[in-house]
Amino acid sequence: MNNILVYCEVDGNAVAGVSLELLSEGRRLADKLGVALEAAVVGAGLDAVAPQLFPYGVDKVHLFDDCRLSPYTTLPHAAVLCKLIKDEGYQIFLLGATSTGRDLAPRITAELHSGLTADCTALEIGSYEDKRAGKVVEGLLYQMRPAFGGNIVATIVNPYNRPQMATVREGVMTMRTVRPAGYEACVVRHDVSQYVSDECFAVSVLERHVKPAANNLKNAPIVIAGGYGMGSKENFDMLFALAKLLHGEVGATRAAIDAGYATRDRQIGQTGVTVRPKVYFACGISGQVQHVSGMQESGIIISVNSDPDAPINAIADYVVTGRVEEVIPKLITFYQQK
Amino acid sequence: MSLKIIVLAKQVPDTRNAGGKAMNDDGTINRSALPAIFNPDDLNALEQALLLKERHAGSKVTVITMGPARAADILREALYRGADEGILLSDRAFAGADTLATSYALSQAIRKVGEYDVILCGRQAIDGDTAQVGPQVAHMLGLPQVTGVRRVMESSSSAIVAERVIDNGVETVKAPLPLLLTVDAAAAPCRPRNAYRMLRFHRAATPQEQAAPGYAYRAQAERDPALALKEWSLEHVGGDPARCGLAGSPTKVKAVENVVFKAKESKRLTASDEDIKSLLGELLANHTIG
Repeated sequence: MNNILVYCEVDGNAVAGVSLELLSEGRRLADKLGVALEAAVVGAGLDAVAPQLFPYGVDKVHLFDDCRLSPYTTLPHAAVLCKLIKDEGYQIFLLGATSTGRDLAPRITAELHSGLTADCTALEIGSYEDKRAGKVVEGLLYQMRPAFGGNIVATIVNPYNRPQMATVREGVMTMRTVRPAGYEACVVRHDVSQYVSDECFAVSVLERHVKPAANNLKNAPIVIAGGYGMGSKENFDMLFALAKLLHGEVGATRAAIDAGYATRDRQIGQTGVTVRPKVYFACGISGQVQHVSGMQESGIIISVNSDPDAPINAIADYVVTGRVEEVIPKLITFYQQK
Repeated sequence: MSLKIIVLAKQVPDTRNAGGKAMNDDGTINRSALPAIFNPDDLNALEQALLLKERHAGSKVTVITMGPARAADILREALYRGADEGILLSDRAFAGADTLATSYALSQAIRKVGEYDVILCGRQAIDGDTAQVGPQVAHMLGLPQVTGVRRVMESSSSAIVAERVIDNGVETVKAPLPLLLTVDAAAAPCRPRNAYRMLRFHRAATPQEQAAPGYAYRAQAERDPALALKEWSLEHVGGDPARCGLAGSPTKVKAVENVVFKAKESKRLTASDEDIKSLLGELLANHTIG
């Protein structure tokens, strides 16, 4: 009872990166609370999966292995997790904010009447003073997320309902192996028929096409990112030219993507990718919290902005005050002349 | 055969255009600086509803929104674009609701509507980006769900085949009716307002609006029942007050902080040739770039 559970997504035989990141974060939280860390894996052909989780410090792995559980559909996965959570009484349940996690998590909260915070950028343990009830609840999960256009960060708590649930985007938490080779966690294989009924299989997947990501933004050592201040799709082409030259990747803010300057898979920030490159060019980016939360751990930050007071300049190592149309071609030309 | 279609829509502050005026000096939100709009994904959902209606003659599209009195604006907007009926779900008891309490109120309203084959809503609202209400409503009504729909490929009286957007790909699924679909921003944009419908439905009003002294269309409203927007309170839809609003919300906001970036000592440069050359020189010298 009272342990932490992480839903681990599998793609074929491999565990999703975001799930390993969440196990790492879950381990840290479990140590703070003095409880165990458990993982639930739901799918088919999972023999090779559990050992992949051991290095990240999981204490117990629940395997639900049934050919009907892959590919993912909502109802059977929700049924499995709801029963597991009811049986085991977890206090915290974490999921990746993937298309699967975002489909599944709210369904589970509706069944369990528990609170859920989407796209958290940080998790912590702390207390909460309930002024109405006149008491302090200890050992709660603080779920931090930028809110309202990204001008503020809200800390959300679920004082009374369990489990406390949160989704986190890929790349936000850091993956950490904490157990030596040879460490083995307890692995429990469950009888899936005890968890699902025939009605759970009402929705069927007819076709599924998944391509590997078209860019390597998450791991690129150099990121050239553009914001709404780039002004046009054509101006964004300059960023691609610079990225090609420097062997980097192009990223974008949500505003730039909404304006049609770049595709959604290049979004950096709370609801996009979190990056930690060696060098980050922020071109025409004002620096809303939602964006900054996805790039603030970059090594060197270079801001190119016509506004000398753009908020992002505060965290930049270099601030180039000038128009992107002037500065970026110069960067390209002078680099070629080096 | 015809379908009974319900669209869930939300009026949201336009956070996409939140400029410097969006925040007050004390860190609170300056709502008056943010225009209230029809949540963008919900417009995509409305379009899917209208496409289904075209495909299945005799279908009816009912739009439900939960919010304060002014949220009736988006019901009129939906009527201009082709919806048949608008319901405003409004009560002080719903105030301060998180997604779970919102979903509960909406599911009670849907139960009161009674008959439905397809429920559509946007994948997420821009003021929270949680994408939680659709799946929660589906569960509360005991319906299957398909989230992130880009296109409805086939529809019959018993099932729908739809294409959904997933991470790095798409998936085609078949699901039985009744069903809840959440619609992705990549789906077809909503058709524009129809001029004739605007002339007719700008007079559409909730009972509260009709009773207001400025309402000039009482005579027309008596002749044209379609001008009556419904307004339902908690009492109308029934339900447990303890599951509504702030009281029914398991999540609480512990703190809201204005974000202050940890300022670095930054080197200030201009766009001059010399400055750009020296920047590149430094980055090359310490092997930041190759």
